[in-house]
Amino acid sequence: MNWLRVYAIGYLIFLYLPVVLLPVFAFNDATVIAFPLQGFTTKWFSDLAGIDALHGALKNSLFIGIVAATLSTILGICAARASTRYRFPFKAPIMGAIMLPLVLPEIIVAVSLLVVLMQLGFSLTSWTVIMGHTLICTPFSIAILSSSFQGLDQSLEEAAIDLGESRWGAFSKIILPLVSPGIVASFLIAFTISMDEFIIAFFLTGADPTLPVYIWSQLRFPKRLPSVMALGTLLILASLLLLSIAEYFRRRGIRRTGAKDSGGFL
Amino acid sequence: MSSIISLSGIQKYYGDYHALRGIDLEIKQGEFFSLLGPSGCGKTTLLRVIAGFEDVSEGVLLIDDANMARVPANKRPTNMVFQSYAIFPHLTVGQNVAFGLRKKGLSKDDMARAAGEALEMVGLTGFGDRAAHALSGGQRQRVALARALVLKPKVLLLDEPLSALDKKMREQMQSELRRLQRQVGITFILVTHDQEEALIMSDRIAVMFEGEIAQMASPQELYRQPSTRRVGEFIGVMNFLEAKQTGTSEKTVSFDVEGLGIAEISVDQLPEGARATADVVGLRPEALSILFEGQGATGRVVDATVQDLAYYGDMTYYEVTLDGSSTLVTISMKNLISRPVLERGTKTRVQWDERSLVIFTA
Repeated sequence: MNWLRVYAIGYLIFLYLPVVLLPVFAFNDATVIAFPLQGFTTKWFSDLAGIDALHGALKNSLFIGIVAATLSTILGICAARASTRYRFPFKAPIMGAIMLPLVLPEIIVAVSLLVVLMQLGFSLTSWTVIMGHTLICTPFSIAILSSSFQGLDQSLEEAAIDLGESRWGAFSKIILPLVSPGIVASFLIAFTISMDEFIIAFFLTGADPTLPVYIWSQLRFPKRLPSVMALGTLLILASLLLLSIAEYFRRRGIRRTGAKDSGGFL
Repeated sequence: MSSIISLSGIQKYYGDYHALRGIDLEIKQGEFFSLLGPSGCGKTTLLRVIAGFEDVSEGVLLIDDANMARVPANKRPTNMVFQSYAIFPHLTVGQNVAFGLRKKGLSKDDMARAAGEALEMVGLTGFGDRAAHALSGGQRQRVALARALVLKPKVLLLDEPLSALDKKMREQMQSELRRLQRQVGITFILVTHDQEEALIMSDRIAVMFEGEIAQMASPQELYRQPSTRRVGEFIGVMNFLEAKQTGTSEKTVSFDVEGLGIAEISVDQLPEGARATADVVGLRPEALSILFEGQGATGRVVDATVQDLAYYGDMTYYEVTLDGSSTLVTISMKNLISRPVLERGTKTRVQWDERSLVIFTA
């Protein structure tokens, strides 16, 4: 065995051990998170069903996630098409400014947004969280969608127009179906980012917390910890499911267009 | 015959770049017309102007006597075969061909029948249900043709349609396109940089350089009487020899041509607007021939030395220098069983004819 392999295995253990421990303690029949394990139970999961505040937070998060993912995907489609198809003055600085939230510390974004929103006289609701999440999700959507748009032959759109379609008809009948795998991927990834985003949600949320904010608030109560573990387990499963769906659509898109498969999520 | 397309004074600027510099062009109904030129000469831009993908900066474009100034690409009676074919990869072959028909208000059956006929015309009968992305290059080309022709356009525009095919396929498609064009009787406008392709396929060719039409003529005329040295160089192979005009009479003009001596050329042979003071004349490789041992001369003869040769099987191309000149002259000779292939350095005699000298207008 060479050192590279040892390193790779060590790396994987470091990366995934906490994730593996999560379900282990979620099924452990004890309120203390420690070995040795005390026996198998599913009561932490059934407990989840009875917490109304959790349901409210989950619904809130789903709503914010869906709206933010939709908005960022729509903005992403517009920006990706503009950047791949057209040349305009100050294109590079404009695109740079749009992509900037990707590297800005979230805490800075969150504080700045809070200050601006307070100054403008907004009250903090789910919509303020949606605004913040759209801001940080849009660069991801653009990055994903740009590669979809870039792969398209520009003649396709002209061919559709040449065959009698309007500009919008060519876009909706030819371009959108061909970039649809990118759209689905962009939506799912933006949704996932919004679902587990904490800092911006913590600053901008009003009376209704998002799921991560709710989980954070529960950590103060040690006896709630196993339930949080159970919740975490469910979230991991949901993430895997979403990722699989995204991958399915990506592969289907490639099959349909007959393009070459070059990497992916899974 | 009436013009289906009429361009006058077409100018196109991209910022400071002058892409089309005053194009005047009449294309007749049913003609197979080619726009030929090196890359960047504006031929594709001109095609896209006709299709409606580019606005003109100045000038008038008429298609079938209708001004196209305010007519967008999707309303023009033209259809295009793109260089990349632009087959919609997420649709079947049949859906691709029927794509333009959906706007025509036909019934489902009529649409299917029309698409089927179009596929039959290009030799793809029964391909309707295939996925478009699974086709070969040649088949894509045919689908693109069927998709455009099914709409019965007044003019079919072809943007370097054969450049992505291999040599064998290209030759097959050349004759097939020609046959198709005669069959449907639609005006074809072909953009190509391949002079051989243009010669083979076209009724008429416009040679373009730097956004201008340098010469517009039939393939034969273009080859036999290129108007400028540049056109002559671009179409086929041409030898250029220095020449000085030495005198004119009523019926002839005489030139002192490098290596060939005094040539008396009939005024009928001079193109209209030929320069009075030509300093170079052109001569095609097949207009000169090597006199082998024992062959009698039928024209004028000069001594020459073989400097190099290229053997092509059916033909041999000799590079010779004529005595009294250092310019390399290319001569093509058919390889017959009775003819030896001469070696480098061989002294030989070259026969030529004054009628084959080309005088340029510029």
